[in-house]
Amino acid sequence: MRNFRNNKSKLPAISTASLPDIVFMLLFFFMTVTTIKDNTLLVDNNLPNATEVKKLEKKDRIIEIFVGKPAPELASVLGSEPKIQLDDRLASVTEVSTYVLSELAKKPESIRNYVTVSLKVDKEVKVGVVSDIKEELRKVNLLKVNYTTYEGDAFRNMQ
Amino acid sequence: MVRNNEVPEVNAGSMADIAFLLLIFFLVTTTIQTDVGLDRKLPPKDTTPPLPVNERNIFRVSLNKNNELWIESDLRKIEDLKSEAIAFLDNGGNPISNENHCSYCQGNASSSASDNPQKAIISFASDREATYGMYVMVQNELTAAYNELRNREAQRLFGRDFVEMERAYFDAKTKAKEKIELKKNIYQIRNMYPMNLSEAKTNMNL
Repeated sequence: MRNFRNNKSKLPAISTASLPDIVFMLLFFFMTVTTIKDNTLLVDNNLPNATEVKKLEKKDRIIEIFVGKPAPELASVLGSEPKIQLDDRLASVTEVSTYVLSELAKKPESIRNYVTVSLKVDKEVKVGVVSDIKEELRKVNLLKVNYTTYEGDAFRNMQ
Repeated sequence: MVRNNEVPEVNAGSMADIAFLLLIFFLVTTTIQTDVGLDRKLPPKDTTPPLPVNERNIFRVSLNKNNELWIESDLRKIEDLKSEAIAFLDNGGNPISNENHCSYCQGNASSSASDNPQKAIISFASDREATYGMYVMVQNELTAAYNELRNREAQRLFGRDFVEMERAYFDAKTKAKEKIELKKNIYQIRNMYPMNLSEAKTNMNL
C-alpha cells in the first residue's frame, strides 16, 4: 500500500480530449441533416411574390400541390405543358381530389378540419389550371387554400 | 528540487465549450424556412341561388388573357388597383339617416361606389390564359387594400396594427388569456371590413 502511494499519488483524470470530437460530430450531423425540402420537385417551382402574406400553419396540417412546367431535364420526356405534381409523381387534374382525400385520411381525425391545401404554383402557369384544381377541391369540400408565395415585392411578378 | 522536463500539454478542455457554442448556434439559427402565402377560402359547392346585389356594391376587377387589368370597364394599371379598391370599400355611401350608415368610413360617399363595407363585394374574374403571377399580384393588391383599412381601424380602436394583432394571435408564445382578448378584437375589425372577395361569375343584368 505504501508502495502504491509513493508511486502515484493521484488517480488519472478521465481524458476529455475526445469530447470536442463528439460534439463536432453532432455539429456536423445537424448541419447536414437539416434539409429544408422534403420532396424532390419534378416541376419548375418559381413561386410568385406577395407582400400581404401569412405564415402557413403547422406542417402536419398542410397538403401540398405543386404545379409548374416539367423540370428542364424532364422536359424532353414530358413536354413543356404545366403539370401537377402530387407527392412524388405527376398527375392529371382529375386525380387531385382522390389524392387530397387519401392524404386527408392519413391525418389524425382531430386536425382534419384544419387542413389547408397549399398551392405551390409556378408564376408562369396559366390561371386555368389553378381554377381546375380549385374546382376539384370544392368537389371534395376542402375549402381552405393557400396560394403559397415568396415574401417580396409583388410587382416583380410582372416580368 | 524536482524538475519537470515535460513540455506542458495545451489545454484542450475548452475546445468542447467552443464546439458546443457552435452547435447551439447552428441549432438556433437553422430555422426551417416556413412557407408563407395568401389564405383564401373557396366557396362551397352547393351554392345558394344568386343573390341580387346592387350594382354599386360590386367592384369588378378582371384579368384578360393578355394579362391586362380591367377595373369596372376601364383598362387600368395594377398600381392603381389598391387605391381604387380602398376608395370603393371605404366609400360609405349610405346617408347618416340610414341605419346602415358607415360611421367610420372616410370615403367621399360617392353614389357610384359601395353603400357600406359590409355590403361591398369585390368580384375578381380571371381569364384562363392569364398567368398565375399576375393573378397572385391582383390578389395581393386586394388583400393589401383590406389590410390597410383594417389596420387603420385597429390603430384607431386598439392602437396597434391589425396584421400585427393577427400575427400575435397565431403566435404560440402569446398567452391564452391575451388570445381571447385578441380574438374578440380581430373579429370586431373583420366585421367592420369583411373580406367579400368573390371569384364567382356575376351577372351584370340581374
